[in-house]
Amino acid sequence: MSPRAAARLENFGFREVYEYAAGKSDWFAFGLPMEGEGARVPRAGQFARHDVPTCHPEERLGAVRERVAAAGWDACVVVDHERVVFGLLDYSRLTGDPDRTAEEVMELGPSTFRPDAPIERLLDYMRRHRRSGVLVTTPDGRLVGLVRRVDVGSTDVLGG
Amino acid sequence: MPTIADRDEVQRLLQRGAQLVDVLPEREYAESHLPGAINLPLKKLDRAAAARLDRDRAVIVYCHDLQ
Repeated sequence: MSPRAAARLENFGFREVYEYAAGKSDWFAFGLPMEGEGARVPRAGQFARHDVPTCHPEERLGAVRERVAAAGWDACVVVDHERVVFGLLDYSRLTGDPDRTAEEVMELGPSTFRPDAPIERLLDYMRRHRRSGVLVTTPDGRLVGLVRRVDVGSTDVLGG
Repeated sequence: MPTIADRDEVQRLLQRGAQLVDVLPEREYAESHLPGAINLPLKKLDRAAAARLDRDRAVIVYCHDLQ
């Protein structure tokens, strides 16, 4: 649709016409602002805790655990140097053998949601899978943050 | 030929004062659109509709995705 619109505008004499080929689905999936009726829907990006601790796969669990605890958390996201998510360390995994690496004990390929996913979908997922939190990433796999059920909590958020 | 712009380029162009045009039908525009976008649905994009745009500024058009 947009290639035809762009061509049409050029045909009308507009000299500088660009086509954002990836479109609004790309924009919203990266958590960028939205206008319109849909903007009133609470979405994952609004609740994602950006301060969730991260570590690299080769780090020793003991050191990671100390850092995570000092920050007041009980979970840590395992990422590469570009913050692409590799895995997740929840409390039970964090409290394992301190000499093992994060990579050895992490949950591999945890499920993730995009920032524009309605928060209701995440809550439903967390209920069904008995999880206290779920990761939010951009479409290229980079960490946005962690949505914790306790941070969403109130049914007011869902208008209930 | 129109230039393809990615998300970063769109943001740079907007900072430069580019106009943003959502060419989806009104209903889809009402549901969600990029901040500041105006709605010129493709099916209604004639010369009169295009007159809403400033010819001296860059124009970025978008729809949902590549479809």
